[in-house]
Amino acid sequence: MSPSLSQLSVGEVLATRTLEVDRARLVRYAGASGDFNPIHWNERFALEVGLPGVIAHGMWTMGAAVSVVTEWAGDPGAVVDYQSRFARPVPVPDPGSVSVEVTATVGAIDAEQGTARVDLTVVVEGQRVLAKAQALVRLPA
Amino acid sequence: MAVNTSYAGRVYPPGEVYRVSAEKIREFAEATASTHPAHTDVEAARALGYADVVAPPTFAVVVAQRAESVYVQDPEAGIDFSRVVHAEERFTHHRPIVAGDVLTPTLHVDGVVERGSLAMVTTRVEIADAEGAPVASVTSTLAVRGEDA
Repeated sequence: MSPSLSQLSVGEVLATRTLEVDRARLVRYAGASGDFNPIHWNERFALEVGLPGVIAHGMWTMGAAVSVVTEWAGDPGAVVDYQSRFARPVPVPDPGSVSVEVTATVGAIDAEQGTARVDLTVVVEGQRVLAKAQALVRLPA
Repeated sequence: MAVNTSYAGRVYPPGEVYRVSAEKIREFAEATASTHPAHTDVEAARALGYADVVAPPTFAVVVAQRAESVYVQDPEAGIDFSRVVHAEERFTHHRPIVAGDVLTPTLHVDGVVERGSLAMVTTRVEIADAEGAPVASVTSTLAVRGEDA
């Protein structure tokens, strides 16, 4: 059952999810996306260009965060628009992993357009790593 | 070398065709922890009215970044990738991407703006299907640090 617009209220928390990201996950994303920039897998290169170490692809974080919305909406095709700014890099340790905490909240409802704006809060170690992460979702009335 | 501002406004000829496969959608969905069954199970996708498995909302970046490489890797454009930070990304979907789609990207350089020691480079890739109908618009902004930054 997909949610309907009339059931929603602005400010309502729709879903939360904690994602774990490790180096293997970044290699997997590099292969899946074709983004082989070495800052996402090569520690030596990342340090040479002034980063604290290997960092996650911003597009991995953005792509993984919106999975919360597609699960909630019940239809991946319901997301008609999705945008984000990349506020902070996400360093990924080796060995180990880092937790990315995602919270999806209703930001706005447009009954005329039949859409809800879902705002994503994406936090790593207490700091927001995405800014203005917003998904526009088409839903039944 | 500084970023070449004269590229602003440039529109490239249509890029290489991208054929969307179910396996590529599966790989991308697994990599991004996108667990909705419509990404991997054709029956689940059909139950939602799609012809085949449906791509996650950011899948279009695969097609867009391939198209953008013509510009960002052009030595004349002056974009030093060791100085690049991804600043913003936006996807506008005219319809969902499904396996079997044959997509053609057209790259636009919407802006090359210098702000102090930073250059902000904004590209837009318009993705159309085999019939020429719009599928998605992908806008990406890169921040390029200057030599002294």
